[in-house]
Amino acid sequence: MNQRIEFVLNSEKRSVEPRANQTLLEMLRDTLGVKSPKCGCDRGDCGSCTVMIDGRAVRSCLVLAVEVDGHEVKTLEGLMPGGKFSALQKSFLAHNSFQCGFCTPGVIVAVSELLEKNPHPDRNEIKEALSGNLCRCTGYTPIIEAVVAHAGREE
Amino acid sequence: MADYKFIGQPVLRVDGEAKISGAAQFVDDLEFGPNLLYAAIVESTRAHARIDGIDTAKAAAVPGVVKIVSGRDFPFKFGLYMHDRFVFAQDRVRFVGEQVAAVIAREPAAALRAAGLVKVRYSDLPLVLNTEDALRSGAPLIHPGLGEYEHVPWFFPRAGTNIAHFRKIRKGDVDKGFAEADLVFAETYTVPRYAHCAIEPHGAIGLFDHAGRLTVWTASQSPFTQRHLFSEALAPLGLSHHNVRVITPFVGGGFGGKAGVSMEILAAALATSVKGCPVKILWSRAQEFYNTYQRQGVKATVKLGVKKDGTITALEETLHWDAGAYVEYGANVVNAAGLSATGPYRIANVKIDSVCVYTNLPPGGPYRGFGYSEFIFGLESHMNEAAKKLGIDAVAFRRKNAIRPGDTLAYGAAMNPSGLVECIDRVAAEIEWDKKSKSVDPDKAIGKGFALFWKAPAMPPNAASTVFLKFNEDGSLNILASAMEIGQGYQTVMAQIAAEILTVPPAKIRVETPDTDRNPYEWQTVASHITWGCGKAVERAAIDAREQIFDLIVRALGKEREALYLEAEQVKSRREPGWALPLKDFVIAGIVQPDGTYRGGPIVGRGMFMPEFASASSDPETGQGGHPNVHYTVGASGAIIEIDKQTGKIKVLKAVLAVDVGKALNPDLLKGQVTGGFLQGLATVLYEDMRFDDKGRLLNANFSDYKIPTAMDIPQEVVPIFIETPQPDGPFGARGMGEHTMIPAAPIIANAVEDALGVRITSMPISAEKIIEALSGNRQ
Repeated sequence: MNQRIEFVLNSEKRSVEPRANQTLLEMLRDTLGVKSPKCGCDRGDCGSCTVMIDGRAVRSCLVLAVEVDGHEVKTLEGLMPGGKFSALQKSFLAHNSFQCGFCTPGVIVAVSELLEKNPHPDRNEIKEALSGNLCRCTGYTPIIEAVVAHAGREE
Repeated sequence: MADYKFIGQPVLRVDGEAKISGAAQFVDDLEFGPNLLYAAIVESTRAHARIDGIDTAKAAAVPGVVKIVSGRDFPFKFGLYMHDRFVFAQDRVRFVGEQVAAVIAREPAAALRAAGLVKVRYSDLPLVLNTEDALRSGAPLIHPGLGEYEHVPWFFPRAGTNIAHFRKIRKGDVDKGFAEADLVFAETYTVPRYAHCAIEPHGAIGLFDHAGRLTVWTASQSPFTQRHLFSEALAPLGLSHHNVRVITPFVGGGFGGKAGVSMEILAAALATSVKGCPVKILWSRAQEFYNTYQRQGVKATVKLGVKKDGTITALEETLHWDAGAYVEYGANVVNAAGLSATGPYRIANVKIDSVCVYTNLPPGGPYRGFGYSEFIFGLESHMNEAAKKLGIDAVAFRRKNAIRPGDTLAYGAAMNPSGLVECIDRVAAEIEWDKKSKSVDPDKAIGKGFALFWKAPAMPPNAASTVFLKFNEDGSLNILASAMEIGQGYQTVMAQIAAEILTVPPAKIRVETPDTDRNPYEWQTVASHITWGCGKAVERAAIDAREQIFDLIVRALGKEREALYLEAEQVKSRREPGWALPLKDFVIAGIVQPDGTYRGGPIVGRGMFMPEFASASSDPETGQGGHPNVHYTVGASGAIIEIDKQTGKIKVLKAVLAVDVGKALNPDLLKGQVTGGFLQGLATVLYEDMRFDDKGRLLNANFSDYKIPTAMDIPQEVVPIFIETPQPDGPFGARGMGEHTMIPAAPIIANAVEDALGVRITSMPISAEKIIEALSGNRQ
């Protein structure tokens, strides 16, 4: 039996009746049409589906949709204030911190969580925060550079 | 030195805003409406078996199931270089995971559940799981019909064996070369199979509409090749190129894994069985590992003859490739490696046998490096051993034998312009090769490794690129090409090339992903040939547009043609310094005449490039006579590593890669290829490794058991160095380098391990376990 849930998605109240076994990732992509979280492995290994629940970065393929009832969910779309690129996104642009771009939404969400908690992380802290997001193209260095430049500039 | 405004500049990526905002669409992001169907595959559980029957009764009863199809519905072959594979298995299966049947249903869950209820009856056939067994006389034949298979003329299969292709190279006289040598020694090196691990899994959606046209949306490096192979394979159903269309949005990483056709043939075929409904098929991460292409394993025996002064007199190599159950693409990897297995060395006497061997493992195929990473491991390990045995410095030995422009290649053609010696010297200086490093910690050992690399694009001789370039009303541009943006940044580089010629900045140039109905022909985005080949086509299209512009100015305004030039999006004349006409004023509208009529109209440029000097025709017994490779990109590399002697763990302190790119069109993007490519190569030598059991089942088809690097695993420092010896036929002198940066990773680590510990490891990966085993062996 399906259950109706209410939650906030990217600052907007939503009411949905997900299938009991539907994951948050499936609900976001298939039911709500929010496509920035990607499915790369469907078992929590790759981090491409990373979203925020109440400010914490989680893998949406490992969360059941019904679990977000009463919570706040943010995807990359919700991290662009007024629909404009954030300073972090601009730093990704300036440093070529992506190649194919498939992992990028999840990476930016993961880094956003890090910066919320720790606005001036060092390189090791950045690497640690990124260690759950697989990127096969960049070799990670340009991602780390973007975060270092962004965090440094805010000082 | 030409003064460029956009070429050589770190121009920002034109696909950047789409990719940092989540706007970039990948194939699984496309919407197809409520009529969309989903397919699940019934996979072989056996590595080699006869199919005795398929029972679909239980599966058909699952609610939501629309159709179940199997081999008998599609008795059609497909393949790029060799037709050895059917859309679905026919009378027998040849690897675990092979597609036997498919269930199409309204919901993905129903399709999956029903696929699990299809019962396939098998009679096991004897297994062949490695090249030794496959080459033994009397070995079970994996393809008894091999003699009848269609293939490209440069393949030499041996009917009645498991040899799908035998590439021979014979140059000079190896017996004489070995007789002249002061030292002759041989060693065997082995490389296992690897997975591409693009983070986006393969996916495809097919729609065969009621008007009889087939559209397939794919995650692909090769939309035109796919259209061609779909049309060929499905021709018995009445399809032809004219009514097949392939649309390819952004691709979430390729690395060769999305070249040619693999699972996409299923979407094309299945669509024809459910006319009017789009049908989607997405690979799971596990399927991604066992039923796309895998990088082939190789056993390489290298025999080298050298004189005391360090001159190489002869090289003999035997490469036995574990190419898997189907080699329709993989055999060309074997071919390419055979042509180039000398590495970037001048060697008078060469004998190479590169042998493509069928086994009952998943199909081998293209993977970044295209065979070169595999043979360079053995070759460059062996070169170090040669230098050591002779008491010559390993860099000096390489420098002495390094190939120079104009030297005769193994297959007889001349080496292209390139600066290998400069690459060697720059890397040696950067890693301070002449200084021996020593760890202060007795539990750690420090070593330095060095290796050369090279690679040529492996393409059919007539691989072509075509480009249209059209102006918009505001003077901005669209480039229509069918190369793929797979992450390398090709769209940006094409925009830079057009920008340089037409003076329209890259930010005002759009390069869209292809649709075979609307964009002109491109062979495939593989072989690191796009910057060179498609780039040349863009250059020609831009020049074509510029010439049309000048013609129009002469015709409409009577200006002197020779004095015209473009600057800052305007036409100007050297004769009239005060005169300028903005492009936006006329590139669509034309130029108005005193009588109110117009001259000109929308400007559309056209450019094409095909290397007309290339030829794959050669003597099968010697490989001599053709010009199979258009050119080589060469390079040198070095690394400094630290080994923990207690754990065997290797840390890369510094890696340096120097590549002769001809012309660095966008240094930032090239740097991205170095940091990314090197890490991908590093993982193959340190820990990645596909493991199969004795039934041919892949044991580690996921990211927990097949570890790829995370941000924690990167080298401390990677230094890219770009040398610029222009490629005469490249755009602004450029040649490709996308694959090259992973090729030398294995031997520089192997050589650094030898330097640090005095232990030569001859099989990849060089895991921590192997280091510890080798160290304890040494202590005994």
